Amino acid sequence: MMSDHPSYQLEPAKVRSQFLRLLPISLFVVAFGAAFGLAAVQKGLAPLEATLMSVVVFAGASQFATLEMWGNEVALLPLMAVVFAINSRHLLMGASLFPMLRELPPFKRYGILVVLTDANWAIAAQDYQNGRRNLEVILGGGLVLWFAWLVGTLLGVYFGGLLQEPRSLGLDMVLGCFLLAMALGGRKTPRVLVAWVVSGGAAMAAYWWLPAHTHVVVGALAGGIVGFFWLEPKPHGH
Amino acid sequence: MAIETTTTGILLIIAIMALVTLATRFGGTFLMSFVTISPRVEGFINAMASSVLIAILTPMAFDGDIGARAALGTTALVMLATRKPLPAIAAGILAAALSRYLF
Repeated sequence: MMSDHPSYQLEPAKVRSQFLRLLPISLFVVAFGAAFGLAAVQKGLAPLEATLMSVVVFAGASQFATLEMWGNEVALLPLMAVVFAINSRHLLMGASLFPMLRELPPFKRYGILVVLTDANWAIAAQDYQNGRRNLEVILGGGLVLWFAWLVGTLLGVYFGGLLQEPRSLGLDMVLGCFLLAMALGGRKTPRVLVAWVVSGGAAMAAYWWLPAHTHVVVGALAGGIVGFFWLEPKPHGH
Repeated sequence: MAIETTTTGILLIIAIMALVTLATRFGGTFLMSFVTISPRVEGFINAMASSVLIAILTPMAFDGDIGARAALGTTALVMLATRKPLPAIAAGILAAALSRYLF
């Protein structure tokens, strides 16, 4: 049924080139990491605790959200629910990579998913839409993003925020602009555009009327349903 | 149930966060390994992939301040005109900074 013929070979040289490809955006990730580190020590986490969290969790939005719940104690179930809800987009990202990932042996398949995050996934997804198979960016790009998140957190916990007003410089919009550029860089067939309209509408409805942090999954699944019923006239080969 | 934020408690909290997050990173791929990839499933996956991005971005644009809207609008225009991500992202950030400075 699955992985009968593992045939995707991760190329070390390509992993290195994808590491460098994401180096520029990683510099911005350092700034966000510093903001997290500063916020964490202000909430009472020890520097090493905040750093450990960044190293093993590596999911910025959910780490910030956890700080909002911080006190003398942290309620267990709400903590798990918030972390799961915010990070549930990873479920969809991992699923979307499955047609490529199934060609890796399980150890490598799940190994590279450890560093799956928005930016490296967006590039892999865009490359796939354009007919290029690029799992190396998940590993190489993920490693540079992870390293930047670690370095940023360390700077934040020991030296405070790097910039006084990152917002006034527009730096809070780096990831949003990056993801938008990736979305618009893919193929734009009528089918894709209808899926986007449905996805955006469903996401807004969920954002307004459903529990917090559900809008990404709701919107993405709604867009996926369009693709389920409206098939491409000609199958898109690899 | 609640966990006290002592050193041990914080380590436990971090471990729980890490495990939940790892489950989201592995879960989608794991579940897909039980699904037969028919053309319809492939259609679902492909449409869902770019829809993830749209679902992240739409509330950002709707609910964002003028800087967020200027950034996303400018990035979209430059990206559609040039098809080059880096100038599009740079223009978007510049638009956010400028609009926040001016308004």
